[in-house]
Amino acid sequence: MRQTCLDLVYELAKQDPRIFFVGSDLGYGTLKQFKQEMPGRFFMEGVCEANIIGMAAGLAIEGKIVYVNTIATFLTRRCFEQIVLDLCLHHVKVRLIGNGGGLVYAPLGPTHLAIEDVAILRSLPNMTIIAPADANEMRRLMPLTVDHDGPLYIRLAKGGDPIVSRGDFSVQIGKAVPMVEGSHALILTTGVTLKIGLEAAENLNRQGIQAAVLHLPTIKPLDTEAILQRVSKVDAVVTVEEHTIVGGLGSAVAELIAEADLAGHRGFKRVGIPDIFPDEYGSQDSLMTRCKITAEGVVCVVQELLSKPRRSVAATHRSHTD
Amino acid sequence: MKPSSASDKNVSPLRRDLTVLDERSRLLRKTIIRMLQAGGRGHIASAFSLVEILRVLYDDVLRFDPRNPHWRERDRFILSKGHGCLALYVMLAEKGFFPEEELWKFCHRDGILGGHPEHKIPGVEASTGSLGHGLSIGIGFALNARYEKADYRTFVAVGDGESNEGSIWEGALCAGKHRLSNLTVIVDYNKQQSCGSTFEIQDLEPFGDKWRSFGFAVAEVNGHDVDELRSSFRSLPLDRGKPSAIICHTVKGKGIEFVENNLKWHHKSRVSDEEIRAMLEALDAVF
Repeated sequence: MRQTCLDLVYELAKQDPRIFFVGSDLGYGTLKQFKQEMPGRFFMEGVCEANIIGMAAGLAIEGKIVYVNTIATFLTRRCFEQIVLDLCLHHVKVRLIGNGGGLVYAPLGPTHLAIEDVAILRSLPNMTIIAPADANEMRRLMPLTVDHDGPLYIRLAKGGDPIVSRGDFSVQIGKAVPMVEGSHALILTTGVTLKIGLEAAENLNRQGIQAAVLHLPTIKPLDTEAILQRVSKVDAVVTVEEHTIVGGLGSAVAELIAEADLAGHRGFKRVGIPDIFPDEYGSQDSLMTRCKITAEGVVCVVQELLSKPRRSVAATHRSHTD
Repeated sequence: MKPSSASDKNVSPLRRDLTVLDERSRLLRKTIIRMLQAGGRGHIASAFSLVEILRVLYDDVLRFDPRNPHWRERDRFILSKGHGCLALYVMLAEKGFFPEEELWKFCHRDGILGGHPEHKIPGVEASTGSLGHGLSIGIGFALNARYEKADYRTFVAVGDGESNEGSIWEGALCAGKHRLSNLTVIVDYNKQQSCGSTFEIQDLEPFGDKWRSFGFAVAEVNGHDVDELRSSFRSLPLDRGKPSAIICHTVKGKGIEFVENNLKWHHKSRVSDEEIRAMLEALDAVF
């Protein structure tokens, strides 16, 4: 996915002279062809994220479309204020490409785990956040990032991720992708958790539980209409994200459901990283398993939610007034 | 003026600047005082150290068209030490970027001018206020000019307290690396930050040498001497292969004896009519 994303930055830049690239201190040879063919629009500026964001803002204020790439943690935490003020306040076309969203850098420890990138960026006015599921979805989304208004964050997964996205669906920034329809439960996914959601739905289906899967390659702005339409039809809603359960997709959906008065009589659960710093190394998969961000984990959560007796909102109201 | 060093008399925090302000400089300060009165608050001392710098820039150096603030060929100026905005607003109004009446609505709900500059204000290139942002944005402007082969120049005014920020030095490294001769950093070196002198809080010396070592060509001037400023700005770039840094030795609160170097006046709120009257009278006193 990362390679596809950067390849597309190069391809798009070849067609559009407004496109610039700024990297920090990326791996040797990153976008070598871009640098060779379009040296005036290629910058590798070293380990100085605050300066990179400001510089990208300056170029964007002048009308350029600037793709900035480095590791997601450094791109979101270190230069947070530059993102708020230089990018969001000025509402400029800077695209932040964050390597290793979530638990990708598990062997490198907590300094490199981007477990709250979505939460902190989601709180910013004017920011758009996308997290494609695989390289194919990335390929469909990237051309749409060029002329998108305002700053945009592109959350990258590990790379080599299995292809699970729908090739027959016209993807749009801000729009959800319906993957599976179902009337008992709704599984909401973003990024690479789409694969987990699909496997869980298949497993549940074998048990006679019809689980819908709605994929959200855009986390902000949230496709509220698509979500609410499906939430109203099911008894259990589960969000699945490779991110802390605080402030990410799960929180966004919870806010939406609560404010739409749809929470009362249906089960809801966020599957994600609990509110801790993961204190093990290992691999992305092993940490995901530890946090129960797996198909099996989602299946258990759905079963549990559906097994609890629930009363309708009307019944609850009656019992209070009796 | 020779390069600064810690023992140089130019960088003594106790120095009295004896530069006599002419009628125009006094009038600009009076307008600032009236804005302070209208808004009931403001960073007046920080604005006063900037008055001559901005006056010379807008009178004699910058290329701009107030009727077309986004004119592609204009020079770009960023007040990175955004809290000095009272001085900037007075210059922009005087040059016709917006009606003078806006000055009297400073910090009012129905006005466009707040306590820090915002890019929606005609003539303001970037929103600043949180320190350490302007230089990097200016680098983006300067790189764009180089790419476009445009001859506009970029000027960024930074404060000395602001130079505590790491991002200033990240930007300095970057500007030096790219040899941005179309970029000038103007340092308002008034040697006072919010809670003490720069020498006590976070000593910047040897300040000129720092900029030089980051790849800048450096000049040091009396930041209240209009002729010296004009001559220095007109000699830009100081070196055709480097960005320029002009360190302006200034006095915080310059022009009013009881405000000069007085930390209580860094930011003033609840200004009494008596204080306003005293400031206006003091400006007319012979120094």
